[in-house]
Amino acid sequence: MAPAPNGVGPHVNGFDEEDIDYSDIDAKYQVQYEEGLDNVVVVDGVPVIDKSKVEKLLAKIAKEFSKKGSHVKTDDMFIPWDEKTGKSKGFLFLDFKTAEDAAFAIAAMHGHPFDSKHRFYLNRFTDIERYSNLDETYHEPEPEPYTQKEHLRAWLGDPQGRDQYVTYRGDEVEIHWHGKPSQCETAFSKTNWTDLYVQWSPLGTYLASLHRPGVRLWGGNSWAHQQRFAHPLVRLLDFSPNENYLVTWSHDAIVVPEGAQQGPQFFSPEDEGNNIAVWDVKTGNLLRTFPSSYPEQEEQGAAGAGKKPQMPWPTMKWSPDDKYVARVTPGQQISVYELPSMGLVDKKSIKIEGVVDFEWCPLGDKDRDDEAKAAAGAKGRKPRQNILTYWTPESSDQNQPARVTVMEFPSRQILRQKNLFSVTECKLYWQNQGDFLCVQVDRHTKTKKSIFCNLEIFRVREKDFPVEVVELKDTVVNFSWEPKGERFAIVSSSDPNLGNPAPGITIKTDVSFYAHDRTKGNFRLLRTLPARTSNTIRWSPKGRHVVLATVGSTSKSELEFWDMDFNHDDYGKGPTGKEEWGSGIQYLGAADHYAVTDAEWDPSGRYMATSASAWRHTIENGYAIWDFKGTELQKNILDRFKQFLWRPRPRTLLTKEQQRQIRKSLKEYSRQFEEEDAAEESNVSAELIAQRKRLVDEWNAWRIRCRDEGPKRKGKENGKKEEEKEEIEVWIDEVIEQIEEEVVE
Amino acid sequence: MRPILLQGHERSLTQIKFNPEGDLLFSCSKDHVINVWFTHNGERLGTYDGHNGTVWSIDVDSQSRFLVSGSADNTLRLWSVQTGKCLYKWEFPTAVKRVAFSDDDEQIVCVTEQRMGYQGAIRVFNINRDGDGSNQSKEPASFFNPIGSKAVVCAFAQSPNLLITGHESGKIAIFDAKTGEEVQNNERAHMDVVTDLQLSPDRSYFITSSKDKTARIHDTRTLMVIKTYSTETPLNSAAIAPLKPYVLLGGGQDAMSVTTTSLRQGKFETRFWHKIFEEEVGRVKGHFGPINTIAVSPRGDCYASGGEDGFVRVHHFDESYFRAKPYGDLEIED
Repeated sequence: MAPAPNGVGPHVNGFDEEDIDYSDIDAKYQVQYEEGLDNVVVVDGVPVIDKSKVEKLLAKIAKEFSKKGSHVKTDDMFIPWDEKTGKSKGFLFLDFKTAEDAAFAIAAMHGHPFDSKHRFYLNRFTDIERYSNLDETYHEPEPEPYTQKEHLRAWLGDPQGRDQYVTYRGDEVEIHWHGKPSQCETAFSKTNWTDLYVQWSPLGTYLASLHRPGVRLWGGNSWAHQQRFAHPLVRLLDFSPNENYLVTWSHDAIVVPEGAQQGPQFFSPEDEGNNIAVWDVKTGNLLRTFPSSYPEQEEQGAAGAGKKPQMPWPTMKWSPDDKYVARVTPGQQISVYELPSMGLVDKKSIKIEGVVDFEWCPLGDKDRDDEAKAAAGAKGRKPRQNILTYWTPESSDQNQPARVTVMEFPSRQILRQKNLFSVTECKLYWQNQGDFLCVQVDRHTKTKKSIFCNLEIFRVREKDFPVEVVELKDTVVNFSWEPKGERFAIVSSSDPNLGNPAPGITIKTDVSFYAHDRTKGNFRLLRTLPARTSNTIRWSPKGRHVVLATVGSTSKSELEFWDMDFNHDDYGKGPTGKEEWGSGIQYLGAADHYAVTDAEWDPSGRYMATSASAWRHTIENGYAIWDFKGTELQKNILDRFKQFLWRPRPRTLLTKEQQRQIRKSLKEYSRQFEEEDAAEESNVSAELIAQRKRLVDEWNAWRIRCRDEGPKRKGKENGKKEEEKEEIEVWIDEVIEQIEEEVVE
Repeated sequence: MRPILLQGHERSLTQIKFNPEGDLLFSCSKDHVINVWFTHNGERLGTYDGHNGTVWSIDVDSQSRFLVSGSADNTLRLWSVQTGKCLYKWEFPTAVKRVAFSDDDEQIVCVTEQRMGYQGAIRVFNINRDGDGSNQSKEPASFFNPIGSKAVVCAFAQSPNLLITGHESGKIAIFDAKTGEEVQNNERAHMDVVTDLQLSPDRSYFITSSKDKTARIHDTRTLMVIKTYSTETPLNSAAIAPLKPYVLLGGGQDAMSVTTTSLRQGKFETRFWHKIFEEEVGRVKGHFGPINTIAVSPRGDCYASGGEDGFVRVHHFDESYFRAKPYGDLEIED
């Protein structure tokens, strides 16, 4: 391997402008110093011969080189001879015209198999020189002094319990605190923080920014730089669920230029041509690279219907415990890799003919608790194994039905399989606790003209995975499980315009809620809201509340706020079965955010944020924050507004018992909070009045100053006018006198 | 009270102006006609016919005796307000974009367009007020070409012989009317073309509107920005309300993209902002297109807006407008 000349410098921090990087200056200097030898290449692995065969060998070598496009003359080859044996030493020197030619030859011929026994290894003469002159004595490396790092989760310790969000507008990225009106403030802001967009890690620890040279992670109170990943022209990124690993993707294949930095954190020539890279977040090391899995289809699409099939992202899907990452090769196999080695599990992929897509089963809170217990050595239930589900379409030539399979991993034991007929498309939706799996099956009639939908619901926690089918006549546009709940909502439509979107047409939809009926053990319709335009369902992360939104339409932009458990005060109890079925659903309010493009709940499920991003259109960009009842709390219309993201929170550290305690004493807390609110409110209005008074005083002072200064310069003008007026008065006087004279006569 | 709709123009309005008493309203438009209306009932008093191109700008003197107008037919005309006769006509190589009377009615300033190889120019004419006013001098009292971004709006400043100009680049400057020298400037007053410039009654400060979606109040002497009003739409006009601490802003989506945008997207509303707190206090709907020009009666009892839709809407303020104290008892100097 040919080491790059500047690879030996100290750790190069190419991103930071403050840290001046001397290594490239060093490298430059080195090159000048050794000028004249850079074009000499040492070829190892040349057959050992005696002098009689020199001519033949050199001619053969020259031929081999020219085959690869590197032209050398036999005159430029020098073979050193062993004086004792009279044979060659098994290597030779090659003299090139320029250093570039030499570099090309190294790239082309390094590792070239000359014959069955001999393989060429090419190195620059200067490199060999340098490494042979290395100081052999071992120097104890200086231990770096320990510096205390900022706590990456410091924001969770906010005394007011506020959440954070990031906004990206124009070139400016801002981190805001969100709490009560008086507690909302900007925590941090920076211009040109990112080149493309920003993204939070799934537990909110890091903020990732994308730049031309790669990804950077930021965190801590001061938003200091934490880690970087040099993936040039990176476009997409995806964290593993526990933030241990990062996957990046670039449309442009990886190229490792000659002389690029080498090391565990950088691409090596073996990675060339790949698009996806997997990194370790903590060390910043590159783990492995992969090619994009959909290159052929993309080309087809571009040439064909003009409809580019979107690359599915994330392409690398993580098991919920960060132990495995898997990717699908459509039609062939699912490859599961083990972390952190990134080796294929059991050295073979799961071969599945025709496989289209797969999903990992998420881990529920209970599963995580079990796992923690097991790790602590306590006896309890066995922690749940990872579960994979995938589906394969019908294949007519083998007369095989479409099939959904649930598989345990790593045992690769098939837990449940279900055959399906007349299938166009399947979508796999896991409930976030891993209790239920819903397979949305788009089915076509025999004529293949119309599409209708079946929902196949697997109850994963029960024995033998009972499956139940909900049949629908309409096409399902959107499906969403209630987090931590037993309900789901669907948006269905029978609108003829569905599927051929035209500008200005808003598709009519129905929204239906279904719930698991515990007494009967099946899923039943709770309620249907007919004749809506909503196309997006947003469940609160804590369940219970749901927002239906019409997103991406130019004429409609309604938000509907619904409560699913209006009859209860407590979260998470669910319907007890005593009340009438579906009676707990209550409409809380409606709102309108014109031209909304995104809607997201905050991690606490108390606030809803909607935004209109300049990436989609340029009308009324900005964002708004609502409470769960649909009351507007904030609205900021900002042109060039691009992105709004709530900072995610990690799982709570409180035990079940502690949570119950808090819930019990809610009244106590709420009294306390209300007192605080009242005190603050009076504070705020006092502040506002003072602020206004100040503004008025400033203005008045300025006006008086203007007036005082004004007349000085106006003096002349006024003087003139007064003079004119005096003249007129004189004239009037004269007339009056004349009249008096007449009377006297 | 219901607004009075003045339907006398066939094309979009370019400027409207009240006389100092506020009883007459002058309006000019792209249909070549200047109209004058009674403010209190919206009755049309008469027209000033003669221009052969879009009338870009008008101004009336403090005695309501003379009216001056500038047009795309490359002429600047002086009219008798009372008779509607054209008293004098000045011709230039390019269109006249802006006209204004000085404080003492003795001078007028006009800005001509930069086009067809001619530089944009600012000319000041002395007005001979003797006789019937038809005896005017052909030659300007002063004439100069501002260097750099072209001037689009212009007015006389507080002190004599000083001109305030607003430029295409967003620059605001003060020129000496006699020498043509740039006395002072604020290059970054706005980020986009300045669309309107209106002075306070005592000319010690003025408001400008711009396509950069903001309106600003500036000190006439220092050109310092005193207040900024940021809206979400390009602004075409801004006016200062006397008596009450409000400014009125109007604008909307560009005229060329109006057909592709709905009414609510266009934001064709007159916005009332608190002059000192820089907060929006209210909006008045009505126009079907962008608002091109806004004027408030110098007596402060009504305002009018002229739109791209060809209508002028005159709104008389209600009793409650004068009585209301939305911000409590704060004495605000005018």
